[in-house]
Amino acid sequence: MSWLKQSATDTQITHGARLWLYVVAVLVMVWLVIPTLLVIPMSFSASQYLEFPPREWSVRWYKSYFNSTAWMQATVTSLKAGVLTALLATPLATMAAYGLHVSRLRHANLLLMLLLTPMVVPVILIGIGVFYAYVKLKLVNSMLGLVLAHSMLAIPVVMLVVASALKSFDLDQELVARSLGASRIKAFWMVTLPQIKFSVVTGAVLAFLTSFDEIIVSLFVSGGDNSTLTRNMFNALRDQVDPTIAAISTLIVLATTVLLVITQYVGRSK
Amino acid sequence: MARNSSLPITIAQVTKTYGKVSALDHVDLHIKSGEFLTLLGPSGSGKTTLLTVLAGFTRPDGGSLKFGDAEMITVPPHKRDVGMVFQNYALFPHMTVAGNVAFPLKLRGVVGAESARRVERALEMVRLGGYGARGVDQLSGGQRQRVALARAIVFEPRIMLMDEPLSALDKQLREHMQIELRQLHEQLGMTTVYVTHDQREALTMSDRIAVINGGRIMQLDTPRAIYERPANRFVAEFIGESTFVPVTVAAGRLMLAGQPLQTAEPLPADGQRLLMLRPERLRVLAHSEDPGPGFNLLAATLAATVYQGDSSLLQVALPDGTRLQVRSASIGAAAPTEPGRALRLALAFQDTVLLPPDGAPA
Amino acid sequence: MSDLPNALALQRNALWERLGLASLIMPALLLIMVTMLLPVGWLFYLSVLSDSGAFSWEHYQRMWEHPSYGRTFATTFRVSLLTTGICILLAYPLAYFLSELPKRAANLCMVAVLLPLWTSLLVRTYAWLVLLQRRGLINNWGIELGLWDEPLTLVHNLAGTLIGMVHVMLPFLVLPLYASMRAIDRNYLRAAANLGASPLRSFWLVFFPLALPGLSAGVLIVFILCLGFYVTPAVLGGGKVIMVSSRIANDIEIFFNWGAASALGVVLLVLTALLILGTARLTRLGNIMPPGGRP
Repeated sequence: MSWLKQSATDTQITHGARLWLYVVAVLVMVWLVIPTLLVIPMSFSASQYLEFPPREWSVRWYKSYFNSTAWMQATVTSLKAGVLTALLATPLATMAAYGLHVSRLRHANLLLMLLLTPMVVPVILIGIGVFYAYVKLKLVNSMLGLVLAHSMLAIPVVMLVVASALKSFDLDQELVARSLGASRIKAFWMVTLPQIKFSVVTGAVLAFLTSFDEIIVSLFVSGGDNSTLTRNMFNALRDQVDPTIAAISTLIVLATTVLLVITQYVGRSK
Repeated sequence: MARNSSLPITIAQVTKTYGKVSALDHVDLHIKSGEFLTLLGPSGSGKTTLLTVLAGFTRPDGGSLKFGDAEMITVPPHKRDVGMVFQNYALFPHMTVAGNVAFPLKLRGVVGAESARRVERALEMVRLGGYGARGVDQLSGGQRQRVALARAIVFEPRIMLMDEPLSALDKQLREHMQIELRQLHEQLGMTTVYVTHDQREALTMSDRIAVINGGRIMQLDTPRAIYERPANRFVAEFIGESTFVPVTVAAGRLMLAGQPLQTAEPLPADGQRLLMLRPERLRVLAHSEDPGPGFNLLAATLAATVYQGDSSLLQVALPDGTRLQVRSASIGAAAPTEPGRALRLALAFQDTVLLPPDGAPA
Repeated sequence: MSDLPNALALQRNALWERLGLASLIMPALLLIMVTMLLPVGWLFYLSVLSDSGAFSWEHYQRMWEHPSYGRTFATTFRVSLLTTGICILLAYPLAYFLSELPKRAANLCMVAVLLPLWTSLLVRTYAWLVLLQRRGLINNWGIELGLWDEPLTLVHNLAGTLIGMVHVMLPFLVLPLYASMRAIDRNYLRAAANLGASPLRSFWLVFFPLALPGLSAGVLIVFILCLGFYVTPAVLGGGKVIMVSSRIANDIEIFFNWGAASALGVVLLVLTALLILGTARLTRLGNIMPPGGRP
């Protein structure tokens, strides 16, 4: 334990004197991660009351999930909405981020703030507002309405990712490309896009996740045949603690982690 | 080169203002076909703005820009067919060296073996033959600059624009590249417009120099003429060292410290002028040396000597108190060191140069 | 200036270029305006319509007069302040610890902070529901270890709500705080020590002020999120912790009272806007990095 006496900082504070800091920090980090992780083994409990560690292991909750038409339909809806959102939001947001970055518009900052407002306005407001508008436009419970609303929520996320990539990108390369004979569009396509590809893909994945995990707007706006997974889960949570949700949660956590790890991995190998 | 390898450039009345600031002020400039012209000036002078107008990246408020006979001012950059080299090279990191150099060819529909052949030839011209397969991150600064160069010449442009391409290199490499760039220019023959703030670089490389300040061309001339016959104080100060002495031309005579001076050019009208004296053009005469005809003689007293290794800078005073600087060799009879010593200075007629007084329009 | 040659043609080109760039930005902007700005703007209009469709301030009046609204706002502020406070207590040491680690170790530990962010909110809320319930993990272990006899009510109340919300909000406070702390040049602390400050004083007089931009940014984000938060309080509060967002949802889903819900929503929005503007004035919000940061 001699390392406790060693100096941790330039000002000669020892590790021992800071031990409390290390303990608190580690505890907090553990506390952040553990609850989600605990759901995974608990989802394999045979009992109605999820146990850790499970006294009896079983996959009944997974069976219950896969056998249920309602849950499956909701899952398909959420996946479809997620993919469509990614397909719509990513190009729109990338174009907007690029346009703002390249133009020397006087009101660029104002426009940027406008484009980020979905992140700032309380989601409950957006939820009821969109609901009201959709009732009038007869878009309630439709996939189109859902995707439009989710894309609106996803655009700021994608914009932030792409904008930060553009900021660290040397735009002189586009100028050079144009001097060598490439039109603006070709220069973007052949020079800029390949280099911000990773960020665009990350943005698309985040757009997908934004849609897939979205709760509040989906609560109001999706329903009937187009009810999302999140909506069904939320309603189930409010009524009773259905252990099937543990199985669904585990699958969501694993799928999300795998998705993010793959994205990171692909990015590293560039 | 089989076809005509260069075009003249005619710039007329090109103006660009940003709010109240005039970056370019009704600039007129004609650059001869195949010429190496340097735009020389301090930062903010407008030299880079003029270059970007030539490239098409800056849209001026008005004016005319002709490459040969073709009006180019409204033509977008990618249709101007000029080669351009940037200060920070701006190579494409996601392509190999060959990929970078082949880029303009691909855009012009040249691919395959023909493209590979021309890429290799361009690389050989910049002494990077065989480097095609390398990645950009494997190159040194000087090598990157050469790849940028190869990329800019591979499509045989008739005009080349260079924006301070050597300022990121260290001194030795820079001087070496100056010579190489000049040789490349002579080999390929295209009209080159070169931007720099380094007067030595401008003097070394150019056929003509356009000294720019405040969006206006102060003087357009050969390096020698700019150095020896600057048009005004700004140009004289920007290039080389000088001392400026206010003098008066009266009744057709020029006097300095009670002595008449002769100039090679006819004297201007009566009035105030500035006499420009370059330290290295004032020669300390040995005891009874006679410089012969064509020289003005000045009597002076030595105030101090500053030893600078390869030469010394003498601070001298004329009889009327005017202080001058004289550059002389550090050894020999021309290297006096005792303060107070009387000196005789020789100044050639053609080095006796008069400039408009401070504050006069250029 | 238009007496210059080609001036008109150049102006025309400039206009085209600007239009082209605008067309890049337009689609995203249009989508957001149509699906968000217009509907939310419409809510403002709805909030001043009485049930019969006439212009009326009645919804706002009701909010002012009816005590239940006061309770709702009180609860909302209480939960938000408590959550923010607890977050500060937990986030500050964690962020400081992370900022002292070498870059690679810090990035690794950051995963612990970022992972919850990218895990579905429902999953995280559900996890706490399961852990905190009467026959949940915490109670089982507590009883087994003899810490308490009867199962504690840890959920469907304020305690459960707070636990859940702190868990959700913590990363939002850690991230800006960490960024701010990381950028503090440790030379400042060396200088303070050299000038005679004890570790505690140099922390308080040098480090804390320099980390303040990150702290204020984080606190602002967390507090605003708490004010409008719906899911976690709805699930973990079990209907006993009624925040503004729950009230709005109930007004729509159960009572179809658009006027009341909109008015409440407008108040929430205005509060949020005031907080942002106020904080932006007080601190330079865009400047989370202190000057003279570490490279």
